[in-house]
Amino acid sequence: MITFETRPDTYHHWKLTFDGPVATLSMDVREDAGLSSEYRLKLNSYDLAVDIELADALQRLRFEHPEVHAVIVTSLKERIFCAGANIMMLRGSSHGAKVNFCKFTNETRLAMEDASAHSGLKFLAALNGICAGGGYELALACDEILLVDDGNSAVSLPEAPLLGVLPGTGGLTRLVDKRRVRRDLADFFSTLVEGVKGKRAVDWRLVDAVAPTSRFKDAVQSRARELAATSDRPASGPGIALKPLNPTVTDSAVTYSAVALALHRDKRTAELTVHAPSGPQPTSSTMGPAEILAAGDQFWALRAFRELDDALLRLRVNEPEIGTVVIRADGDRDAVLAIDRALVAHQTHWLVREIIHFMKRTLKRLDLTARSFFAFIEPGSAFAGSLFELALAADRSYMFHDDQEENVVALSPMNAGPLPMSNGLTRLQTRFLERADTIAGLLAHEGPFNAGDAENAGLVTFAPDEIDWDDEVRLAVEARATFSPDAMTGLEANLRFAGPETMETKIFGRLTAWQNWIFQRPNAVGAKGALQAYGQQGRPEFDWKRT
Amino acid sequence: MISAEKIPNNVNLSSNKRLQRALEHWQPKYIQWWRDMGPQGFQDHHQVYVRTAVSVDPEGWAHFEYVKLPEYRWGIFLADPVHDRRIGFGDFFGQPVWQEVPGEFRNQLRRLIVTQGDTEPASVEQQRLLGQRCPSLYDLRNLFQVNVEEGRHLWAMVYLLHSYFGRDGRDEAEELLERQSGNRDKPRILQAFNEPIDNWLDFFMFTMFTDRDGKSQLMSLSESSLDPLARTTRFMLTEEAHHMFVGETGVARILERTCQLMKEAGYSGDVRKLGGIDLPMIQKHLNQWFSLSLDLHGSEVSSNAASYFANGLKGRAKEDTFGEHVVKDAVYNMEFFEGGKAVTKDILMRNAMNEVLRDWYVGDCAAGVERWNRILESYGFSERLRLPDRKFNRGIGMYAGFHFDPNGVPLSDEMWERRKYEWLPSAADTEYLLSIMATPVFEPGKFANYIAPPRRGINQQPIDFEYVRTEQ
Repeated sequence: MITFETRPDTYHHWKLTFDGPVATLSMDVREDAGLSSEYRLKLNSYDLAVDIELADALQRLRFEHPEVHAVIVTSLKERIFCAGANIMMLRGSSHGAKVNFCKFTNETRLAMEDASAHSGLKFLAALNGICAGGGYELALACDEILLVDDGNSAVSLPEAPLLGVLPGTGGLTRLVDKRRVRRDLADFFSTLVEGVKGKRAVDWRLVDAVAPTSRFKDAVQSRARELAATSDRPASGPGIALKPLNPTVTDSAVTYSAVALALHRDKRTAELTVHAPSGPQPTSSTMGPAEILAAGDQFWALRAFRELDDALLRLRVNEPEIGTVVIRADGDRDAVLAIDRALVAHQTHWLVREIIHFMKRTLKRLDLTARSFFAFIEPGSAFAGSLFELALAADRSYMFHDDQEENVVALSPMNAGPLPMSNGLTRLQTRFLERADTIAGLLAHEGPFNAGDAENAGLVTFAPDEIDWDDEVRLAVEARATFSPDAMTGLEANLRFAGPETMETKIFGRLTAWQNWIFQRPNAVGAKGALQAYGQQGRPEFDWKRT
Repeated sequence: MISAEKIPNNVNLSSNKRLQRALEHWQPKYIQWWRDMGPQGFQDHHQVYVRTAVSVDPEGWAHFEYVKLPEYRWGIFLADPVHDRRIGFGDFFGQPVWQEVPGEFRNQLRRLIVTQGDTEPASVEQQRLLGQRCPSLYDLRNLFQVNVEEGRHLWAMVYLLHSYFGRDGRDEAEELLERQSGNRDKPRILQAFNEPIDNWLDFFMFTMFTDRDGKSQLMSLSESSLDPLARTTRFMLTEEAHHMFVGETGVARILERTCQLMKEAGYSGDVRKLGGIDLPMIQKHLNQWFSLSLDLHGSEVSSNAASYFANGLKGRAKEDTFGEHVVKDAVYNMEFFEGGKAVTKDILMRNAMNEVLRDWYVGDCAAGVERWNRILESYGFSERLRLPDRKFNRGIGMYAGFHFDPNGVPLSDEMWERRKYEWLPSAADTEYLLSIMATPVFEPGKFANYIAPPRRGINQQPIDFEYVRTEQ
């Protein structure tokens, strides 16, 4: 079983060091410390284990080190920055493992851009040596790229010419969309195994600057300080400590303080429940930044979403056959709304800002999880405000229509903007593309919505009454669990992200979809495909027909 | 102007517009590089009795004359074509060899040629100060012969880059002159070529062991499906043989002198008192250069090597002596060092090609060491020189990061730090060598105290011939 929690003092592959406002995140991959002993992580190549540490480091920089304003991403290996994802690992991985690996690494790189765009945490890639494939894609996720000019070090995306696959971590998208590399130059570059170095790399916008070895360190430091100076993060800490989540894990359940994941492998379903805060909660007037700081990682919004994030990741990589997930939220919905009000009121404070963006990223993780999600809204539920986003993120929602009209859902300002999807729109905006004018009215609605109102307003899919409920929801789940998992993955990915394209939706919708097609094709993974042939029997044998 | 007379060649330079245009840009930069980075103090006022290759027949490449080094006629030669030559190994076995670079292998071939080419000027740069400490005019001339031929080998690789790789090839050819041994900003590609060679024991060991790696590499490239590469490297091998002759006989002459001094010292072995080079010092330098040169063969298990072999780009030394040339399923029983223990595993032979070449190399080195030991034997000494275990002092491959003694016994980091100078030259050793080489010997027929004269001179000239003469 793969787990996602780690901490800097147990990292195998990264070193995180601090110098005032500049932190340095150095890759130093231990060859023998990958997830499997079937391959060795040579030349700073990586597998999921390496990326889990990277994701952890980024998270800790945001929460534990508000005084850090810029991060240098570099390597401790001489003349090697990073050779990208380990090819032997990819060759030995199942399709699902490859897809989940790419998805997680994509989410992590997008989290770097999120930190830069929204948290004032700037990233400088300091490429001290060869930088190939996923290594260059990591650099592309940084704000700026500085490449050593030693006559040898180049940046490259050799996946297509060398391995018959695509750069799987947004490389192609970022070349033309983010760095605005001309498409013809990007075409040439992406077919050049040896890559591009020196002045040409700058001229083509592949990197921002080059510096000779003797001036490289100074150039990196001075540019990192300049980037740090643009940040709006606080001048000093303290941050908050992200302590271990310590879930109780059994064969059929992962249970956290505010989240529970129950697995029903025989039915290929799971139940994912988020509990609203319980016990005495501070009111919005008593819940300011000082109180939130003091609560630290035990503050409900952070704790619950960290747990949700961890549960989603475990579900993705450890439970491939569980295709349908029932989402519930229970507990005190007013407590959720109170917390939402506090979050919105103090959203300019660095920690509150981090918490909101973390909630946003976790909900995006849900959007991007290739499982069917049905929200069940039952009496005692707490689908309000930020937790109502779970219902909006679900592929369908079923709301129990009770006679007493006590089963309700509610919106809050958290539904109005702070938690956008990958397409840049809120879930309400994405849901009501055709009726954008009604959204303001829904948000201004006094008090909660009962089942009838919610169904009429389009906030939930169906609202069966007591007589129908059991059969409706049982049949819905049972039917869903029998459909082709591939068809459901494609169906959901196409329906969830209506509206405009962003770089993010292109990475997940276009690049990933093509990559996942290529990953299934004999030209890549067949016995004589390029990924199999690389470094072993010799040249690949292709089926030359193009579509 | 590029003239076929100044640039001896058998590649129709006078009618090859593309090559002329490329060389017009490159050749002046090459001469400037030679002046800046070539033998220091021996550019304009010395004439050196060197051999110049003027054609590929036996007389043609043994043409001797006095020249000023910057005026040496570096030429471009390919060994004679073999009629109906066929690809000798890998997936294209039996097909006609290529006269042009296939687009599919452009990058791999370019990388092979650039990596090989980079070592040639690198060694000239490493050795640029040695002339100031020469043990004799004979040795000085040999040094310069090696240097100009390394220069010619650079020309050979540049010819391939200019002729077959378009604009990229021209850019790479220029970069071969821009990188410099030991330059922090533009170092040579292979780390072993970034350390200066400032004493003659190192020089002889380098030409014995590192040039022998050059021989391994050239032998494997001379099997290449790219016919111009195969023919170029085949001709280079004739020159490389002389370099190893310089190394092997250089060490042999030091050994001989050491034996004489040991006898003079009353078999006490303390030849340093007599200004000689003691046997442990020789062994340490042997250890150093042998292990560095093993590294140059690359990782034991290598997907690059597999790919080079599969694609017919780089074969095995003496490929025709192997029974089977496609090597699809064969395995190599390789020793691994895991958890402090040696275990053997079967590795697909193609992935083990670096190790196959290393095996050939170790055998070739062992034969040379055997010849050295005959000198010790002839003087009645029981001491012997020996090659260290191939795990010893490795910086590349699966043994890098671990420590072993010369017998291959694993050592802790601490033990290694404590004992390494028993096996490798220390700063004090180097200091001693520099002290006995401080004064160059420029008088014809005279030799420094630590080295014996050669058996015979160059090109049937006497030993006291003025191999390098100062211009008045």
